Amino acid sequence: MNLDWKFIEDSLPLYGDAMWLTLKLAFWAIIFSSMVGLIFSVILYYKVRGLSLLIQAYIELSRNTPLLVQLFFLYYGLPKIGLHMSEVTCAIVGLTFLGGSYMTEAFRGGMEAVSRTQVELGLSIGLSRTQLARYVILPQAFAISIPSLGANVIFLLKETSVVGAIALMDLMNVAKDLIGMHYKTAESLLLLVAAYLILVLPLSVVLGWLERKVRYAEFGD
Amino acid sequence: MTTSGERLLEIEGLQKSYGERLVLRGIDLQVSKGEVIVILGPSGCGKSTLLRCLNGLEPVQGGKISYHGQDLAGPGVDWREVRQRIGMVFQNYELFPHMTVLGNILLGPLKVQKREPQEARRQAEQLLERVGLLERKDAYPRQLSGGQKQRIAIVRALCMNPEIMLFDEVTASLDPEMVREVLDVILGLAEQGMTMIIVTHEMGFARSVGDRIVFMDEGSICEIAEPQQFFTEPATERAQHFLDIFQY
Repeated sequence: MNLDWKFIEDSLPLYGDAMWLTLKLAFWAIIFSSMVGLIFSVILYYKVRGLSLLIQAYIELSRNTPLLVQLFFLYYGLPKIGLHMSEVTCAIVGLTFLGGSYMTEAFRGGMEAVSRTQVELGLSIGLSRTQLARYVILPQAFAISIPSLGANVIFLLKETSVVGAIALMDLMNVAKDLIGMHYKTAESLLLLVAAYLILVLPLSVVLGWLERKVRYAEFGD
Repeated sequence: MTTSGERLLEIEGLQKSYGERLVLRGIDLQVSKGEVIVILGPSGCGKSTLLRCLNGLEPVQGGKISYHGQDLAGPGVDWREVRQRIGMVFQNYELFPHMTVLGNILLGPLKVQKREPQEARRQAEQLLERVGLLERKDAYPRQLSGGQKQRIAIVRALCMNPEIMLFDEVTASLDPEMVREVLDVILGLAEQGMTMIIVTHEMGFARSVGDRIVFMDEGSICEIAEPQQFFTEPATERAQHFLDIFQY
């Protein structure tokens, strides 16, 4: 197969810009999802009345609808009731809406895996409920759930590929455009795969390192 | 063992139930300063539950627990404060797995009691030295044996400078060769005059460490006696039967 190297070279800046956008969307989505997940999982863990039910409803809604539908709702639905957001905000809100539930479940799973005896130990030395969460439950929950948290991080980065649906020029959309305009399918897809790998591989390495570091105390090397 | 006679803890008619099932049917017990009480009894007799009630880990349904003028069986007890003075060591020799030995011991003194780090650390190291584990202070729990973990759990409770220590079958889950090292630590505490309530199945230990033996069965105290008396001539048939099981 002969690749059009000139075309590839000319397309690089487009892919570069798109990578930035993809990275920016994923970055904020991961940060906000993790915050949502941390707060919601603590509420679920302590079974705060009323709020727990709301969060469970949110989790079902978020996990059982496609991101594409969520984005359409935010981008085309909300303006009908007077709520306008830019495309980038829409994408970050949508990704957070999706990722928040996954992060909540990952954290909650970790918290529930911390044994009842650990809780009693903490209580028996006089820790308050907040201190118990801060020093005993959350650090252990984090170590337990870090593999699924890492999977969610990569999942969110890859999920950014649907934001083209609300007119954002992310990697996927750039590749589709180039294929449509120039019929350079092989070149465009090659660049697309390469760009995602450049984003995801270092992330996997960092996550692997973080996992070893966080789990060292409990599980050793 | 000498006791000053000052009453530290007075339990009166303590009742505890799980749903319909009454597990403590009116417990009366007084504990004096410096006294070592050993609670014996068949499993399910309520001895562990009694200890857990004294540490606020189980809500109670009736009776009184007088401690420094407050009723621990009543409402509005500040358990965070009480637990700093009534330390507890559990059966399953658990430490916080994500912290080093020193981290485990200092969590309470630093975060709950807000003590000065250097002073608390010095005390922690002294206590570790006493139980022969100073060189393990930076180890993680997974690197320690069961007996070592249990000795550190004792140090963790001691480092809060409690007035009373509760031991809930602390050697029951240990391998036989590690039982001794843990019991020796508790014996050492008894010699220093620590007030303790000990639930155990180690009969020889009970006999040598206890000032009084409390024998419980089916949620009640059947008999309270001095060790010599209890082990040679128990007053109740149920105690006799219980002791017979331990002789082959």
